[in-house]
Amino acid sequence: MSGPAHAAPSPAGGYGGIADREGALAKLLIAPAVVYIAAMIGAPFVLAILYSLSDATTGDPALRLVGFRNYREALTDPVFRLALRNTFVFTLVSQTIVVVLSRLLATALLKQFRGKWLVRFLILLPWTAPISLGTIGWLWMFDSIFSPIDWVLRYVGLLGTKHALLGFQTNLYWLGVPGLSMASVIMVQAWRILPLATVIQLAGLSSIPKDLLEAAEVDGATPWRRTLMITIPLTLPITSIAFLFGVVFTFTDLVVVYVLTRGGPVHTTQVLSSWTFFKGIEAGDLAQGAAISLFMFPVLAAVAIFILRMARRTEVV
Amino acid sequence: MASLGKIARRGGLYTLLGGFAFFGAFPFYWMVIATFKRDHDLFSPLNNPFLFNEPPTLDHLRLLFFETHFTGYLLNTLLVGLAVVAITLVTAVPAAYALARWARGWGETLGIGIFLTYLVPPTILFIPLSRFASFFGLQESLWSLILVYPTFTIPFCTWLLMGFFKTIPKDIEEQAMIDGLSRFGAMTRVVLPLGISGILTVVVFAFTLSMHEFIYALTFISVSAKKTVSIGVPTELVRGDVFQWGPLMAGALVASIPVAVVYTFFLDRFVAGFTMGAVK
Repeated sequence: MSGPAHAAPSPAGGYGGIADREGALAKLLIAPAVVYIAAMIGAPFVLAILYSLSDATTGDPALRLVGFRNYREALTDPVFRLALRNTFVFTLVSQTIVVVLSRLLATALLKQFRGKWLVRFLILLPWTAPISLGTIGWLWMFDSIFSPIDWVLRYVGLLGTKHALLGFQTNLYWLGVPGLSMASVIMVQAWRILPLATVIQLAGLSSIPKDLLEAAEVDGATPWRRTLMITIPLTLPITSIAFLFGVVFTFTDLVVVYVLTRGGPVHTTQVLSSWTFFKGIEAGDLAQGAAISLFMFPVLAAVAIFILRMARRTEVV
Repeated sequence: MASLGKIARRGGLYTLLGGFAFFGAFPFYWMVIATFKRDHDLFSPLNNPFLFNEPPTLDHLRLLFFETHFTGYLLNTLLVGLAVVAITLVTAVPAAYALARWARGWGETLGIGIFLTYLVPPTILFIPLSRFASFFGLQESLWSLILVYPTFTIPFCTWLLMGFFKTIPKDIEEQAMIDGLSRFGAMTRVVLPLGISGILTVVVFAFTLSMHEFIYALTFISVSAKKTVSIGVPTELVRGDVFQWGPLMAGALVASIPVAVVYTFFLDRFVAGFTMGAVK
C-alpha cells in the first residue's frame, strides 16, 4: 500500500497485519479527523453558501435557490453598509493599538524583575478568563449611573460641574452615545487581544540572537538604531502573525459587541458578525444571515494566504 | 550618575508594567468589589465605589449558588468540556502522530490544510450548524455543543500535537520495533508516553476553548437549565430588565479565575502552536 513517496523501505514495511503497514496505518489514523472536518466544517460551509443563494427562513428552511438576491439586498441595506464599515473600523483601530502596546509590553516583560509571575497572571487575565465573563466586568464599569470611570472624572472635576471640561451632566453614558460606544467596544476588544499578541511578540523578541545585538553595540550602533535595523526587521514575521491572528479573531467575533451594546445605539456599533446573528437567528432569515456572514470570507481568505506564505518562507530558510 | 539612571529606568519599567497589569486586571478587581458589596452601598452614586462603605456581605454569593441555575451552568460546562476533550484526543492524537511521522509532501500540506480550517470562524458556520442541530433533534441539548465544539478544538490541537510528535526522535520507535513491537505498538507504548506533555496541553486547551465558547451556545441553547457558564451568566442573571449586578459579578468572577489560573500555565504552548514555523 505504500505509495511512491514512501520509496525508502521501512524496517517492518510490507508484511504483517495492518498494524505494520505504514501507508494504510497512516490513512487509518488520519481518517477520523479528516472525516469530522469535512462533515462539520466543510459541509456547513457549503451549506452556508447554498443558504445565501436561497430564500430559506427558520420557519421554512427548504432550499430554493434564488440567485444573488440576498447579496444585492444586503448591499442596499443601510444597516449592513454601516456594519461593514464598523467592522473595518473596529478591527483596524483595535488591532493597531494592540500591535503597538503588545510590542511595548513584550519588551518590558523580557526584563528580569521581582513578582513576574503575578504581573504575568494579571496581564494575561483578559485572554485566559472566558471573554463573555470578562466583558461583563466592563459592562458594569460602563454603567450609565454607577460607572467608576465617571466617578473618578467627577472626583477630579472633569465632569458634572457647570464649567467642567467633559460637560455638566453627571455621566458620560459610555454605551449610549454613538462615537463613545464605538470607542468603548474598541477598547474592550484591544484589552482582550493584547495578552495573546504580547505572548506572541515575546516569543519573537526572545528568538533574536543576543550576539547579534551585542556585536551591533560594539560597532557603535545606538539603541534606536539597533531597534530599527535589527529588532524590527527580525521580528517582522512574528509581529505580522500576531497582527493577523488579532485581525481574524476581531473581524469575525461578536462577543464584545453582543454583551456590551448589542450593536446599539441605533446600529452604530453593529458589526458583520453581530448583524449575522440578529438577522439570521433572532429574525430567522437564514438566507440573509448566511449572505451577510459570507461577506467576511474574502478578508479571511486573504489572511489565510498571508499565513501560508509566511509558513512557506520560513520552511525554506 | 549611572546608578541614578538605572534607578530611573527601573522605576519606568515598574510604572509601565504596573499600568498594564492595572489595565488587564481592573475589570476583575471590579467584580471582586461588587461581589462582596451590599446592594445599598453598591447603588449609592455618592459613595466611593472603590471602597467598602458598609461591611462586606456574602449575600450575592448565597443568591448566586442557591437561587439561580449557576451550579447547573458549571456542571453543564464541565460535562461539555470533558466530552469535547475525549473526542478531541481520540481524533487529534492519531492524526497528528501520522502527519508528523509520515509527513513528506502531502503530510505537511494536509497538516497546514487542517490548521487553516481553524480560521473558518463560528460566525460563518453557526447558521448551517443550527440547521444540523435541529435536523438531528439536538436543539436545547448539550449534545449539540459536544458535537460542534470539536470544529475548533480538532484543527488546532492536531496542529499543536504535530509539533510535539516531531520532536520525538524516530530512532526510539525503530528500536522498539526491532525489540518486537508492531508499528502500532511502537506508537501506543513508546511514543504516546513520551508525548504526554503535549497531550496534557491538548486536554487543557480543548477544555478551556470549550468553556470560552459563546456563539454556538447562544444559538443552540435557550433553556436556562441547559446553559453553560459563558452564556448563562450574561443572559440569565437579570431580573425583569434589571441586571442583578452583585450575583452577576460574583458569577463572572467565580467561573473566570480557576480557568484563568490553569490557562496561564499553558499559554506559552498555546502560542507555540500559532508561531510554529515563524520563530525558529
